[in-house]
Amino acid sequence: MPPDLVQQLTNVLHQVSGYIYPNEVELQWGLLVVVYPYITGLVAGAFILASLERVFSVKEVEPTYRLALLTALAFLLVAPLPLLLHLGHPERSFEIFLTPNVHSAMAMFGFVYAWYLAVVLQVEIWFDYRKDLVLWARNERGLRKWIHLILTLGATDISEQAVEFDRKAVRFITIIGIPSAFLLHGYVGFIFGSVKANPWWSSVLIPVVFLFSAMVSGIALVLMLYLLTGLVRRSLEMTCLDKLASFLFYALVVDFSLEILDFIHRLYEAEESIKILGTMISTRLFLSLVVLQALAGTVVPLICLAFVSPAFGKRALVRFPEELRRLLYLGSALLIQIGIFSTRWNVVIGGQLFSKSLRGLTVYKMELLGLEGFFVSVLLLAAPFFLLYILVKILPPWKEVPTTAVPEEAAGD
Amino acid sequence: MSSEANRAPNEPESQPGVSQDRREFLKQCVAAAPLLLAILPVAEVAAASTPDSSYKPEEHYYGMGIDVNKCIGCGRCADACKTENNVPREPFYFRTWVERYVLTTEGETVVTSPDGGIEGFPPSISEKGILRTFFVPKLCNHCANPPCVQVCPVGATFITRDGVVLVDKDYCIGCRYCIQACPYGARFLHPITHTAEKCTFCYHRVVQGKVPACVEVCPTGARIFGDVKARSSPLARFTRFNEIQVLKPQLNTEPKVYYANLDGEVR
Repeated sequence: MPPDLVQQLTNVLHQVSGYIYPNEVELQWGLLVVVYPYITGLVAGAFILASLERVFSVKEVEPTYRLALLTALAFLLVAPLPLLLHLGHPERSFEIFLTPNVHSAMAMFGFVYAWYLAVVLQVEIWFDYRKDLVLWARNERGLRKWIHLILTLGATDISEQAVEFDRKAVRFITIIGIPSAFLLHGYVGFIFGSVKANPWWSSVLIPVVFLFSAMVSGIALVLMLYLLTGLVRRSLEMTCLDKLASFLFYALVVDFSLEILDFIHRLYEAEESIKILGTMISTRLFLSLVVLQALAGTVVPLICLAFVSPAFGKRALVRFPEELRRLLYLGSALLIQIGIFSTRWNVVIGGQLFSKSLRGLTVYKMELLGLEGFFVSVLLLAAPFFLLYILVKILPPWKEVPTTAVPEEAAGD
Repeated sequence: MSSEANRAPNEPESQPGVSQDRREFLKQCVAAAPLLLAILPVAEVAAASTPDSSYKPEEHYYGMGIDVNKCIGCGRCADACKTENNVPREPFYFRTWVERYVLTTEGETVVTSPDGGIEGFPPSISEKGILRTFFVPKLCNHCANPPCVQVCPVGATFITRDGVVLVDKDYCIGCRYCIQACPYGARFLHPITHTAEKCTFCYHRVVQGKVPACVEVCPTGARIFGDVKARSSPLARFTRFNEIQVLKPQLNTEPKVYYANLDGEVR
């Protein structure tokens, strides 16, 4: 028996209130499993934002299209890592693909993920960048030339006809992509929502709530990235930022309404579990749910965006100067990220803090070091930004191509 | 160790002749010990490699009956289970455990299970305040409609033809989804193998025609093991003569652990 584990569980045992089943002292899904739906949500959200521009032709957010796609890719590449690290036997993980149990929600995730990564996202990015890749390869030298040449996969035809085909392909994939992104994150919600043994998770609303919170977090992330990179590059379009902020507001309204609906529904039905869940919210989850998720992560940004962004028409309710507006957008987006992370925390950890006997509460002790620890999770959350940096270097989302303008070109420097 | 030391403190002094015989017997045992060492591994291999060939799983469908009124909360079942199945001794891992319910006159229900009941239960509150009190042994319910089997992504947990839910520890990836899906808290992750673990109804014993260890040691016969469908089995008799309830029936897991005299407070 690992002595650390015994010590840790003994400490937990002393902090249990009421009665929990003896096997429930060890909390099964820790911080890594919180990080996983958080990252997956960012992927789905960023992609849906990119798709908005393509499918509904929202011209204002055009400059974020490619950035959003690359963000989705960077985060998607990291998404399975927390799950893999969390497994008792990561070396057997391939069995999910080889001998999946078709009745298992988790087994099917592997296929949904593979579909989304391999078929939707990579193909869309490839078609969107193909013309640029060819042009870059022609005009560059050295390593960059070769990287871009290899990425064309030999398809170097940039005749009018070929580029038109690319455009159609992107549109087609986007149309498949939207339901796929919905599937990806709705599905993650289903992994939790379908556990009938757990009254905190078991809800048909969970996949929908996951989806909208994903959109909120994804839009907020792209807004932050666009704002920060725009400031660094000294090319920031305020109309784009305003539009993003408006979208963020709409998504947040839907997300908040759904969560309130879920809350009221539980409260009104007042099933067997209501007492223990109520105790959990007012004690163990008070900080992360009431303060961080609801107040700081939702209500404050909601009010801020309602007044600052032009969500209700051409003009904002209160006209702030650009600099202050940028600051408020950034602050709101940051608060939203904290709020959505708390949402994931409250679902994953909250669902395990109460006993299935509905008679007691346990505690979660986050470790600092170790595989399930704080630092590994920070590393996992930082990794996509590092990947994104590399992706942006290889596939600049804003660079002007030195020949004729391409329709999806970002307004560059 | 001498035979004197092994004797329980309140055991009366035995007759000299008997004591002599016992000493003689023990000496012979010690002398024969090396022989035993030689036989044991062979016997073990034989036992492992040749399951009783007359055993036909399709002829059985197992379940367990528990008479709540008969349980005295001694915890011997939980203890025997840990010994029989090499379950870690730490108080966080149980294939079976015993809960004590104390219903007070104030309408409160106090449930405890210190170390799964292995060391018994300390007296808790004054008897005056007690309305009713009883013990409830818990274990995997070997559900006919098991959520744990449904969610396992690789099919490492499965139902045998004779109706026992098992985990293949050489196949389990340790994702812990089954632990989340079990409404009864009957599963845990083994801290050494990092795979899911649970009660097997002592499958290794059952296929040899024996009963599970917990049933074997129960001093009051509170646990009854047998075939659910066979008309003549002790379990069939138990379910015929008692009013039966299962745990959390609303979840439609169709448990095959049948409780007699179960209180509505038990979850």
